[in-house]
Amino acid sequence: MFDVNQIRKDFPILREQVYGKPLVYLDNGATTQKPRRVVEVMNEYYLRYNSNVHRGVHYLSNKCTDANERARTVVRDYIHAGETEEVIFTRGTTESINLVAYTFGEAFIHAGDEIVVTEMEHHANIVPWQMLCERKGAELKVVPFKDNGELDMEAFAGLMNGRVKLVAVAYVSNVLGTVNPVKRIIDAAHAVGAYALVDAAQAIQHIPIDVRELDCDFLAFSGHKIYGPTGVGVLYGKRELLEQMPPWQGGGEMIKEVRFEKTTYNELPFKFEAGTPDFIGVIGLGEAIEYVKSVGLDEIAAHEHGLIAYAMERIRQVPRIILYGDAPGKSSVVSFGLEGMHHFDLGTLLDKMGIAVRTGQLCADPVMSHYGVTGMVRASLAMYNTEEEIDALCAGLKKIERIFKM
Amino acid sequence: MTIEEIQNQIVDEFSMLDDWMDKYAYLIEIGNGMAPMDEAHKTDDNLIKGCQSRVWFYAELRDDGRLYFTADSDAIITKGIAGLLIRVFSGQPPKDIVNANLDFIDKIGLTQHLSPTRSNGLLSMVKQIKYYALAYAGK
Repeated sequence: MFDVNQIRKDFPILREQVYGKPLVYLDNGATTQKPRRVVEVMNEYYLRYNSNVHRGVHYLSNKCTDANERARTVVRDYIHAGETEEVIFTRGTTESINLVAYTFGEAFIHAGDEIVVTEMEHHANIVPWQMLCERKGAELKVVPFKDNGELDMEAFAGLMNGRVKLVAVAYVSNVLGTVNPVKRIIDAAHAVGAYALVDAAQAIQHIPIDVRELDCDFLAFSGHKIYGPTGVGVLYGKRELLEQMPPWQGGGEMIKEVRFEKTTYNELPFKFEAGTPDFIGVIGLGEAIEYVKSVGLDEIAAHEHGLIAYAMERIRQVPRIILYGDAPGKSSVVSFGLEGMHHFDLGTLLDKMGIAVRTGQLCADPVMSHYGVTGMVRASLAMYNTEEEIDALCAGLKKIERIFKM
Repeated sequence: MTIEEIQNQIVDEFSMLDDWMDKYAYLIEIGNGMAPMDEAHKTDDNLIKGCQSRVWFYAELRDDGRLYFTADSDAIITKGIAGLLIRVFSGQPPKDIVNANLDFIDKIGLTQHLSPTRSNGLLSMVKQIKYYALAYAGK
């Protein structure tokens, strides 16, 4: 039985006070807080078992290697990948996408090819493709979205043709909260012979994901957005593609044999994991996913759905509020502004009330341009947020609105 | 009044506001009450870098040998802070501005805005004012 007050006890930081007020943490889209057991397992490994993975013959090294590889199976099962070889650990979503841009891009993208992204992408799912297009003489195409935050699927269909080699799309928009119809997009990409990458940074903590059912070719996410540590992320890729992609970074772990005449590369997934990996981070990520599973992703999703509906309804009642993104079935993100007020002023005053939100361009300049604003305020939810916290946000906004009216 | 005297005056004013909300409301009031900046001076050259909001600062050395500042921002709290800085520094001799110690920011409880990582520009604004003053101090 999902009990948010019990859940909150697992996250010590939620008891903190800021400026003498209880912390209302609504910046989960930027990073989520960590349950005690994630921090504890990482501490334990640092304090009792720390040793480099895949190298030593000794007890500690084996212990860490086992835990690292066990985490890989936890990730594999969580996203329903077929094989552990398809789960590559990276530093985060951004690095995962860059890895694909560099290595898949190297092998598969040529002059005249097209790469399709959407207008609502995070910069991390735009810039690596722009850089790739520049290197290869390929062209970047953009699917626009409608004012309510929904992708323009007609425009998307119009962009599909034989020149398209890759479609890269966010599962959930980090600004608008829109849950994109990724399955339809992936199928449409495949129908014209293109591959599909899903940026799941804002989905992995909210929505059950099955990469085989989606049939995506790549999927990227970060550990720290699913209650795990910073500095670790995942790239899922289909084995047959990963096999055909050249390695990216050279160094230890990714090699089989080094000869000055020719070096041969290691098998998947190690081929893409050069250097000592953040294995304690990986172990922490595994623990975070185990924690999410123990709470139950379906229960989390149900709680968050109720909360976002409540938040949208309540925030709408704030005088002079401007909401950005109102797509049906949207996920745990509410972006807004107050008429005539700068997002920075809003964020500053909310902060003084102990309410943590994100302000600015939200790493999505094109979305700001779409609405003709220089920035927004974003409240983003996680499993431990409550209706009382939404009430605190709304009360804060109303108070601010009154100050500015004076 | 000297820079020191004006700072003390501001500290006195803020000390009468015990609630932080009142302090910010006062900043907003200051921002709203500022003389409009000449649009011609709102150029990229006068834009202060490192702010989440846009802030322009313009300095002019008049015949009395003193520096006069105007500023604007699209965020009203930032504008209010700029207004405080203008009140402290505008009409002062460049040498005094260069040598000024800014303790009022700490005393009125705005120190958090001074952090270079807050990217809200108070530190950048102060730096810019000092640069202007340094440039004119030798003249």
